[in-house]
Amino acid sequence: MNPKPYSNTKATLAIAKASFRSILRSPSAVVFTLAFPLIFIVVFANIGGGGVKVDVGVAKTCDTIGPVYQALKHVNVVNFIRDQSEEDMKNNLSKGTIDAIIDIKKNAARPAYTVNVQYTKASGEKGNILRSVLSNIYYNINNGAQVNSPPQAEIRETTVSGREYKYIDFILPGQLGFSILSSGVFGTAFVFLSLRLTLVIKRFFATPVKRSSIVLGEAIARIAFSLLGALFIILVGHYLFGFTLVHGVVTVLNMLVLSAMGLIIFMGFGFIISGIAKNESTVPPLSNIITMPQFLLSGTFFSVSAFPKWLQYISNALPLTHLNNAMRKVAFEGAGLGDVTHQLLILLIWFVIVYAVAVKTFKWE
Amino acid sequence: MAKQPIITVKNLVKNYGDFAAVKGISFEVYEGEIFGLLGPNGAGKTTTLEVIETLREKTSGEITVDGFNIETDKNSIKQRIGVQLQAAGYYPNLNLSELIDLFSGLYGIDKTPMEMLEKVALTDKAKAKYKDLSGGQKQRFSIATTLINNPRIIFLDEPTTGLDPQARRNLWDLIREIRDQGTTVVITTHYMDEAEVLCDRVAFVDGGHIIGIDTPDHFIDQLVASGFERKKEVKLANLEDVFINLTGKEWREG
Repeated sequence: MNPKPYSNTKATLAIAKASFRSILRSPSAVVFTLAFPLIFIVVFANIGGGGVKVDVGVAKTCDTIGPVYQALKHVNVVNFIRDQSEEDMKNNLSKGTIDAIIDIKKNAARPAYTVNVQYTKASGEKGNILRSVLSNIYYNINNGAQVNSPPQAEIRETTVSGREYKYIDFILPGQLGFSILSSGVFGTAFVFLSLRLTLVIKRFFATPVKRSSIVLGEAIARIAFSLLGALFIILVGHYLFGFTLVHGVVTVLNMLVLSAMGLIIFMGFGFIISGIAKNESTVPPLSNIITMPQFLLSGTFFSVSAFPKWLQYISNALPLTHLNNAMRKVAFEGAGLGDVTHQLLILLIWFVIVYAVAVKTFKWE
Repeated sequence: MAKQPIITVKNLVKNYGDFAAVKGISFEVYEGEIFGLLGPNGAGKTTTLEVIETLREKTSGEITVDGFNIETDKNSIKQRIGVQLQAAGYYPNLNLSELIDLFSGLYGIDKTPMEMLEKVALTDKAKAKYKDLSGGQKQRFSIATTLINNPRIIFLDEPTTGLDPQARRNLWDLIREIRDQGTTVVITTHYMDEAEVLCDRVAFVDGGHIIGIDTPDHFIDQLVASGFERKKEVKLANLEDVFINLTGKEWREG
């Protein structure tokens, strides 16, 4: 009757094709994957950053006892970085991950303090913030001294050149992460729950199809859809908002590989939710428990370094934080996948945990 | 035609935890017949079907389908049967031809959607979504998906429940056509008039047991021979005949 042997590949691809068509026609998938991230990009690209921290590298030779340093220490926006070598600091300065390097010298003669500041073109705006903070301090210190006496401190500035780090370079990778997160968690949870509840999967089981083909087919469709969405977001960001792609196509490909890895992990959360949800109305709250903390705490909108320390510990445990960090390194610093092994390792740990739970909680019927 | 069994069920038992849904059922379905499983809700009809369809594990008993053992040859059986489930849905957002494409892939068989839709007179609905079909069209489409792999046997679980008289008779014609082309049909129903005109043989199931298997004619003759008489005199037509006569017998989609 069936002269040809049964082909699992054919069955898998048939499911992938059906699922892909279905996703394209589902309004919520398109809205979450494309519309929301693009709206956020447009809005945030225009209003600029909130929760600003100016990262100031402190040179090893810097005087930290004098009044200038103490005054700077009490300014909230200033975040001192003291644990990097001189060379790292210089590198980071030209990349813009450090906004300035400060080196205060105590002099034998007057003025008592010379403040050497190196700014970077890579972070012009934050440099300006520090500049105004310093001139404020300078004014206060010198005014406190005797009238007509020479000033207590002077400021010497230099500016290194570097690639300009635009806000879009920060916001776009975060939005990409958000798009992948919601597509992976919500999409997967909804699809598998509704296929189970409407007995579509049961009907599938009356055919010779394997369970692995069903999961794989669905995964292929979702990854294909989300990567097309990611590509679209990257291209819109690049051509309309000047998003930096250091190595062009190679950078885009690296970003897509990272997206696929992130998506596979987030789909695992989706499998778990589809297993424990009783009906479709319990999917959104459960999904929000997974997505909201990551949405807010993983550096999607605000840099994690703007958070208080205790919150940073939580942020640094979340998978999206590491996906976002890896994405930014690849996009802006031109890192290859081999340069983000730290992030990939943490994502791998998440992968193992999530799928260990998913295998236990997933239900077919 | 020699009566060749195509399905053999021996002492089938199915327990759900402490609850015994099927308590030792035995029967045979012959090749090329329409076999009806009749009985009240909760009698164990659907459970029995789903065990034969390889969708549920049996607790004990022996089942052979087209020569294959249900325990050792699930996949060979799946390739030889077509299954219509009670109240099963279809993949969301797809139209009928895309759904047929999907099932062709699942069965690993190349069938064009039009070829299948033609068999159930739904070619004009090729671009429609399943949820937008009428009750009768939905059932016809479900039957189309069971025929994709040229099955030896198809299982229909309450296919006519909720249909209007025209759609029901229309479905009977379709089921007879399928039987006449050599496919064995196993069907469950609550309508005795349907079983009487459609089924070659029926089994009554109650409380997890089979309480009788025979042709509808025999059952009726036996009852009459035992002295049973209907309270009301039987007329040459019934109200459904009147309904069909008044509203016309052409295919209507309601």
